[in-house]
Amino acid sequence: MEGVLFFIAAIGAIAGAIGVVAARNPFYSVLALIAHLFSLAVLFLLLTSAFVAAAQVVVYAGAVMVLYVFVVAYVGDASEAKWDPVPGQRLFAGLLAFFLFVEISAAVLSSGLKALGTHGPDVPAGFGDPAAIGTLLLEKFLVPFEASSILLLIAAVGAIVLAGKKKESKPPQAPLPAEPAREEALTR
Amino acid sequence: MNITWYIVLSALLFTIGAVGILVRRSPMVILLCLELMLNAGNLALVAFSREVGNQQGQIFALVVMVVAACEVVVGLGLIVAIFRRKLPLDVDDLRSLRG
Repeated sequence: MEGVLFFIAAIGAIAGAIGVVAARNPFYSVLALIAHLFSLAVLFLLLTSAFVAAAQVVVYAGAVMVLYVFVVAYVGDASEAKWDPVPGQRLFAGLLAFFLFVEISAAVLSSGLKALGTHGPDVPAGFGDPAAIGTLLLEKFLVPFEASSILLLIAAVGAIVLAGKKKESKPPQAPLPAEPAREEALTR
Repeated sequence: MNITWYIVLSALLFTIGAVGILVRRSPMVILLCLELMLNAGNLALVAFSREVGNQQGQIFALVVMVVAACEVVVGLGLIVAIFRRKLPLDVDDLRSLRG
């Protein structure tokens, strides 16, 4: 049963990932990524990490992807050239991907980790549920938790500064001619 | 299921994301492929945390999620800024920083 669920979720995740890379329209890429994230949440559940799975669905598929959809709708579909500006780019990318995959797999499989071929140890019933993760976050990992909240705040402020309306790009030219006119108006 | 399957799946997803970054030219799709790679790393972290029987790897995955959210927010802000300045949304055309 677990194996069947794993393979269904794995095929969903791989299909979603390929869909992200292959889709011409960025909107379809975002939808494929949402499907991919749901499959990953199933895999997290199989690994008995309920809280990470819930956070994946709520934070990623819920909040971050909505942001993506908004920006895609705002920017519109930026059509991409179908030809390669760099000759042989796809071929080299495929070659590099193949070697990367072989290298990562070989590095992990030959690492001699004892538990790799097993299911992992038997864990108590509360493993990875919100209570356990919350206790860890607020006791042992309190400083990283607060640091990540500050990081989120900085990112939000940075995004507003980046994407907000730029007023200083035009006004340096506009007020200069306007000032003599205002002085004239004042002296009149 | 063996932990090995999860690790190999994570390597495969990471590779697909890397191919996307190499092949695609729209900065938005490149950000999406970056998400793929970060999520592959998350899967490996959670799988290893299951393998050791220790929940601290899941905390690591949560922090990666937070960092990914920050990166998305700043990246999308950059994309909106590029779009507002009527610059092309194509990483091959945005090459003024190239030496």
